[in-house]
Amino acid sequence: MIGLFDVLSFLRKKEPASGSVAKDRLKLVLVHDRANCSSQVLEMLKGDIIKVISNYMEIDEDELDINITQTRSEDNNGTVPVLYANIPIKSMKRKSS
Amino acid sequence: MGEVIVVTSGKGGVGKTTTSANIGCGLAVSGKKVALVDADIGLRNLDVVMGLENRIVYDLVDVVEGKCKLKQALIKDKRYAGLYLLPAAQTRDKDAVSPEQMKKLCENLKEEEFDYIIIDCPAGIEQGFKNAIAGADRALVVTTPEVSAVRDADRIIGLLEANELNDPSLILNRVRTDMVEKNEMMSMDDVTEILAVDIIGVVPDDESIVIQTNKGEPAVTVESSKAGQAFRNITRRIMGEEVPFMDLKEDDSFFTKLKKLFKK
Repeated sequence: MIGLFDVLSFLRKKEPASGSVAKDRLKLVLVHDRANCSSQVLEMLKGDIIKVISNYMEIDEDELDINITQTRSEDNNGTVPVLYANIPIKSMKRKSS
Repeated sequence: MGEVIVVTSGKGGVGKTTTSANIGCGLAVSGKKVALVDADIGLRNLDVVMGLENRIVYDLVDVVEGKCKLKQALIKDKRYAGLYLLPAAQTRDKDAVSPEQMKKLCENLKEEEFDYIIIDCPAGIEQGFKNAIAGADRALVVTTPEVSAVRDADRIIGLLEANELNDPSLILNRVRTDMVEKNEMMSMDDVTEILAVDIIGVVPDDESIVIQTNKGEPAVTVESSKAGQAFRNITRRIMGEEVPFMDLKEDDSFFTKLKKLFKK
């Protein structure tokens, strides 16, 4: 499946038309605007998540990626905002007790 | 009973004043009594777009402060029967007027038996915006098919609803059909899907708007103007008529046909 997709996109080669790019960018901007979630709030959230997870495992803080994006909702064909987090683990902490 | 319609956008330079002038003029030509109100205090422009800049004696702030009667400040447009302009003050700032005073002004204009009162809102979401929407019954949101303009329109729609101005109608301005066909510009469907509001008109990017604005005569009265035709359609839709979206619909169907052809 993935192989076929790669071949197809290779054959196409062309960048997507700017109209589609604009639409995608706009959708993402509005997800943030409507969620009323500023980058400061996101930074605070990021800090809290690091604090909590660090109690259990050692994570790579520099590579940590947290974002609000959107995904297709399961009920209908619309989209819903999701909190996306990619947190690379360096090592698991052993319980000291 | 007259209807107060505010023309707003959030972002500047998308065509609020041009839209206000054309809709006002279009309604007057259709036999309605119309008052165009320039709510952009400090940056008045509607007078110039209408070609009435040399006839201003009193302005909106004079009326609100009781320095003159409403009738004295209303400039009668001699070209179109039933069309009047209430100009903004040029040397004052937005704080010269309060939302309550604007509400009262709109009520007074309704008492003058205007069928439509069109308010040209300033750009932004501050005091001037709050003043302009205070007395409105209905809102038209103008945007262009650009990320920044649509984003601001989304914000404005949220603020209008927070102020109980529900179900605003969208005007998509400066559409380049040739670019939409190549998907190098967002289409009417793209924008309405994202904003989830009713669209009342699509205005093509048209040289005649520049030419007519240079002359101070709205394009809506120019038979051969495409943008003028779009504004005539919007005018009819405002009056409750159902008018199909001619121009772009045709292009759209042609475009989808073409796309289907390539997909096969």
